[in-house]
Amino acid sequence: MSRISKADRQLQLQQEERGEHLYANRVRVYPKSVHGPVRRFKWAVLIFCLSLYYVLPWLRWHRGVTEPDQAVLLDVFHERFYFFNLKLWPQDIYYLTGLLIMAAVGLFLVSSLAGRVWCGYTCPQTVWTDLFMWVERLIEGDRNERMKRDAGPFSLDAAWRKLAKHAIWLGIAFWTGGAWIMYYVDAPTVTVEFWHGTASIEVYVFTGLFTATTYLLAGWAREQVCTYMCPWPRFQAAMLDEQSLTVTYQGWRGEPRLRGRRHDGDSGGDCIDCGACVTACPTGIDIRDGIQLECINCGLCIDACNHVMEVAHRPKWLITWDTLADQAAKARGEHTKFRFFRVRTIIYLSALVLAVVVMGVALATRSELGLSVLHDRAPLFVRLADGDLRNGYTLKIANKSDKQTLFELNVDGMPGAVLTETDEGLGPAVRLGLPVNADTVGTFRIMVAGQPAKLKGGSQAVDFVLSNTTTGERTVYHSVFMGPAGNE
Amino acid sequence: MPTKIEKDAHTGRDTTGHEWDGLKELNNPLPKWWLYILLATIVWAVGYCVLYPSVPYGTGYYHGLLGYSQRKTVDADVAAVAAQRAGSMDKIRQISFADIRKDPQLLAVAETAGRITFANNCQPCHGAGGGGRPGYPALAAGDWMWGGTLEAIQQTVTHGIRSGDPDARNSAMPRFGVDNMLKPEEIQSVADYVMTLFGKPEPGKDVTAGRKLFTDNCAVCHGDAGQGNREVGAPRLAAHIHLHANTRDDVVAQVTNPHMGVMPNWDQRLDPATIKAVTLYVHSLGGGE
Repeated sequence: MSRISKADRQLQLQQEERGEHLYANRVRVYPKSVHGPVRRFKWAVLIFCLSLYYVLPWLRWHRGVTEPDQAVLLDVFHERFYFFNLKLWPQDIYYLTGLLIMAAVGLFLVSSLAGRVWCGYTCPQTVWTDLFMWVERLIEGDRNERMKRDAGPFSLDAAWRKLAKHAIWLGIAFWTGGAWIMYYVDAPTVTVEFWHGTASIEVYVFTGLFTATTYLLAGWAREQVCTYMCPWPRFQAAMLDEQSLTVTYQGWRGEPRLRGRRHDGDSGGDCIDCGACVTACPTGIDIRDGIQLECINCGLCIDACNHVMEVAHRPKWLITWDTLADQAAKARGEHTKFRFFRVRTIIYLSALVLAVVVMGVALATRSELGLSVLHDRAPLFVRLADGDLRNGYTLKIANKSDKQTLFELNVDGMPGAVLTETDEGLGPAVRLGLPVNADTVGTFRIMVAGQPAKLKGGSQAVDFVLSNTTTGERTVYHSVFMGPAGNE
Repeated sequence: MPTKIEKDAHTGRDTTGHEWDGLKELNNPLPKWWLYILLATIVWAVGYCVLYPSVPYGTGYYHGLLGYSQRKTVDADVAAVAAQRAGSMDKIRQISFADIRKDPQLLAVAETAGRITFANNCQPCHGAGGGGRPGYPALAAGDWMWGGTLEAIQQTVTHGIRSGDPDARNSAMPRFGVDNMLKPEEIQSVADYVMTLFGKPEPGKDVTAGRKLFTDNCAVCHGDAGQGNREVGAPRLAAHIHLHANTRDDVVAQVTNPHMGVMPNWDQRLDPATIKAVTLYVHSLGGGE
């Protein structure tokens, strides 16, 4: 991180103005600590998010002896994903699609209503940066103290503070990286293995990787991530309109800003140009410039300004959550009501409701039985000595239940069809009983022989009907039976 | 080239001079750390070029300090797979078919090895999946000339048919037409009779003479009812599928001057374990007995 003096910054701006600089030095942000309702709410969200992240892998959930007892476990090695009493297979990947659609539309809806609150409160980049800043403040003091020490000469006092800060940052980063791994392997087991040096190389590599990214992104990169790396600030403008609640400086009330105490008959507005909102900002911007790319809508400037307004005996909430439309109305001395229902929010809300309903129904009616049928590619059909035609198929039966199950298979659409399973030597019979072990996919080679009566262009439709002999659950797979073309 | 560089009133910065549907872009400077990352990737690339194969020259190339080669990696992988396979294939060679089938994992190995071997060696004649074609028997249909048990298939694959191997399966059909054993009109009437054996008689045709000729000349090998004889590899004629197609003309041609196919003795090219594997695969195609 580069540090530059005020004079350097001035020079840089002048050079930029003359178009002489292709590259900009980073202007270091020293956010000042603030107190107030917004900050308290932000702490609460931070504590909730971090607790959720660190504690969730340790929650236990009993599922029987053969299953892992971790409540949330993405067991990529065994290709099973556990969420409390829900267990998903890789074949259920469309639930993830649904979840991503809901997350995206949810983000659109929230943004169109209340701006970038995701960015300001719940984005991991914000949460961990906030945590790291808290540590920094604890060890190195608040804004002025930090700036003074950083600008001053090297001292032992500065050195140990820096050392302690980075050590604690690395500690938190390591804890974060370690907790990430616990979502993929059993938490207590991997913790013991980790310290005994017996965990897999992947565990160490990924812990190291996420330790490094957490430390670099939350400790060093901070607002640079939001401004230069993240795509969300770039397209958030499309979600916002003049009816969205955003952190807003009430220019109509604040301007013209004048330094110092207000007296009756002053021409100045409420803003005393103290700069508290700027020094409090974690991305280093001036909210009075209006809504801008770098603003993450965290509202810490609101707390900072409220405090100053109180001291200056002016009404609070000079910076507040408001809509652009309301600000324009207030400037005219009117007032508008916040409109929750607008075309854009209705569209986002309907899309969200639709996604929730579709995924909810899909989840509620989720089958524990999966069937796929693959017709042999060669030979397409075999003529038998008795004149019958025979087709070969590969059946994959997914038994997602936790019990060994006997399935019964028959073929619809071709009367007299006889089935044989060649691997196990089952049949020939009109109905075949196919056993599949719990939580596995059974593969069967099925031969269907008979006289297809409805061949057209060399094929006719047949249905493979599979039913669970215990629960009676049925599933049907539409396939084809093939024969010589032009023989119909 | 940008032509309309303007000064933005709010920020005092220049625009890039480009315009997209009325949108203009400020010409902001790139953060310096971004430049440093670019420089770091260049340093990385230089290091990579020193350590790994990089610069081609004429007929060769610079091998890099680490001496890395993808060919070496592949060789090592192939050797590892061969070593892994050796155990299974040894076991397949040693134990009986019945014991292989009792071990699902070993059976899966055998059928996979058999499938690959079949595709590389057998498929050109017998067709993918053993579907067969005129002159080359279908292996999936369950109509065998020499037997369809695992042992019979293993014997056929190992020693071949008319291959010159002392244990090869040998048989010959007399050239009834070419060698004047039957007159052409007699061959015609035998053909009429053979067509009745699998349900394709010519309506109103009297096949008494044909039946008599068949009993005298053909039944000794093909059986009274055309049921075939595996001892001598005589095909079953009373079936809907035939080695040399199903039309009456095909029958006449075969009686007049029979085709007699040759299958190589595969023990010349395949080791015993692979032959057992391909036997299991052929047996699994749907015709196994």
